Amino acid sequence: MADQIAKGKAEPGCAKLDPILIADNVVRQFGGLTAVDVAHVEIPRGQITALIGPNGAGKTTFFNLLTGFDKPNSGSWTFNGKKLSGVASYKVARLGMVRTFQLTKALSLLTVMENMRLGYQNQKGENPLAAMFKSIWRKQESVVTETANELLTRFKLDAKKDDFAASLSGGQRKLLEMARALMTKPTMIMLDEPMAGVNPALTQSLLDHIKDLKKEGMTVLFVEHDMHMVRHISDWVIVMAEGKIVAEGPPKEVMKNPAVIDAYLGAHHDSDLGSNSKKGSK
Amino acid sequence: MDQILANALGELITPMTAAYALAAIGLAMHFGFTGLLNFGQAAYMLVGAYAFAMATLAGLGLVPAILISFAASIVLSLILGIPTLRLRSDYLAIVTIAAAEILRFIVSTTGLNDVTGGPQGLSGFAREFYALNPFPAGEYGFWAWSMDEKGLWVRVVAWSLVILAALFVAKMIRSPWGRVIKGIREDEDAVRSLGKNVYSYKMQSLIIGGVLGTLAGIVFVLPRAVQPGNFGTGLTFFIWTILLLGGAATVLGPIIGSMIFWVLLSLTDGLLSAGVDSGIITFIQQDQIGGIRFMLVGLGLMLLVIFRPQGIFGNKKELYFNG
Repeated sequence: MADQIAKGKAEPGCAKLDPILIADNVVRQFGGLTAVDVAHVEIPRGQITALIGPNGAGKTTFFNLLTGFDKPNSGSWTFNGKKLSGVASYKVARLGMVRTFQLTKALSLLTVMENMRLGYQNQKGENPLAAMFKSIWRKQESVVTETANELLTRFKLDAKKDDFAASLSGGQRKLLEMARALMTKPTMIMLDEPMAGVNPALTQSLLDHIKDLKKEGMTVLFVEHDMHMVRHISDWVIVMAEGKIVAEGPPKEVMKNPAVIDAYLGAHHDSDLGSNSKKGSK
Repeated sequence: MDQILANALGELITPMTAAYALAAIGLAMHFGFTGLLNFGQAAYMLVGAYAFAMATLAGLGLVPAILISFAASIVLSLILGIPTLRLRSDYLAIVTIAAAEILRFIVSTTGLNDVTGGPQGLSGFAREFYALNPFPAGEYGFWAWSMDEKGLWVRVVAWSLVILAALFVAKMIRSPWGRVIKGIREDEDAVRSLGKNVYSYKMQSLIIGGVLGTLAGIVFVLPRAVQPGNFGTGLTFFIWTILLLGGAATVLGPIIGSMIFWVLLSLTDGLLSAGVDSGIITFIQQDQIGGIRFMLVGLGLMLLVIFRPQGIFGNKKELYFNG
């Protein structure tokens, strides 16, 4: 697998054969704290890439930076060959890079169907001058509804389509958010902790959905804590710790990497801490 | 007693009630549908009233005067919105309430006597409007209402505008545009992540609701003089009361809310006054009634918020999910 994705050896910041997203020297500081300090990273096209790391590693901040929801102190990145640094978040989405949120953002007092319709791009009726005249947007609206119905069926939310999004369970909201993001017909989808707070039964169907995205030719980048899931579905794993990328590689190899074990368990997890306590007993 | 009831019913269709309904429809666009905290709807009404009066007094026709006041309203929206709409919603609230007061102080300075009439305000600007009156002179009356031809004309125009504004807002809200607007009310970032320019939509909503407020200002001053004292913060808060009374995220709510508000004020005024006159109510004087009726309205509003927080026309279901 590794030789299919990476150009050379799998190491932090290694070049990919076919990268879709390339980031350079992305730094984000909060006061004295450097949350993100990524020298170079490439995300492979058409693959499922997992971004893992312990709490506070800067994964979500990095996500926010890439999608324009936060501004870096320095750095630049390109998506599909287009420079994306400094581009407003809504324009990032229009270019085909769509994200979801760690804390699910279902639009509570809109119905599930309205949530879905909102995702469709280039709607004529969203122009305030055209909104008054239904004849302008009626046709497109039925296409939008049809697309939404297909996705809702696929995500098994079709029975809920006329309910307020607020009435959905946490897991269903995650599904809705993913389905809504797909309404934008993205080339790359970025999922921030898609499995957080989802019960095991739904987790499996979420995993299947993510795998389906890859089959459709989409690039997936997702943040996750659960190593088991990561191993299960990802083609490539990028490990962050303290804002930096410390390891990269196919999931099975990355898990054995000492840098990853250090990042998750601390550098001294296998040294004998007992040797110090002898001093104390003297 | 008949007189008290007749007065109260008269309030149902006064141009004042219509003006408040229009302003509240504008505020419903801002707050109810987009989630914008506009505490300066009085500023939009002031701009409408003054721009219309000044333009007609300068010899311009009705239509140019209305267009000028709409343009002024849009400029006000841009001034208020450009610095604040990128920030958290409370900043708009602070800026709008301050702007409304600043405008009121500006138009009432004596230095501007020649332009705005200073503390005296402006009058005599509505002649052209009444010259268009198609109703022949005379007394008109039906059911509990009676009025002269001028009163009939201004009521017909005012309520036609209310109906048009309500239909317009209803159509906008049921369109894909309205969907984006309501999405912004629920969560800006989610809407942003779906490729919508949230800032631009908030500005559009601010402008549309503001223009409705401006129209309300014009209707408000048609039957009376423009007086700076009318456009204080109290006006803004009455409009908020009306909006919450009727239901913030509804189109009919602001209209019915305005009717209820003015009928209740008139009823409490009439009843208290009659009570004092006949000696039944002994612990207050006639000149205290004005204040006490607002206390009663406040009490009513408190009860409403406690027992029917969605407003009279609001959807109860929407409240199950608060939080």
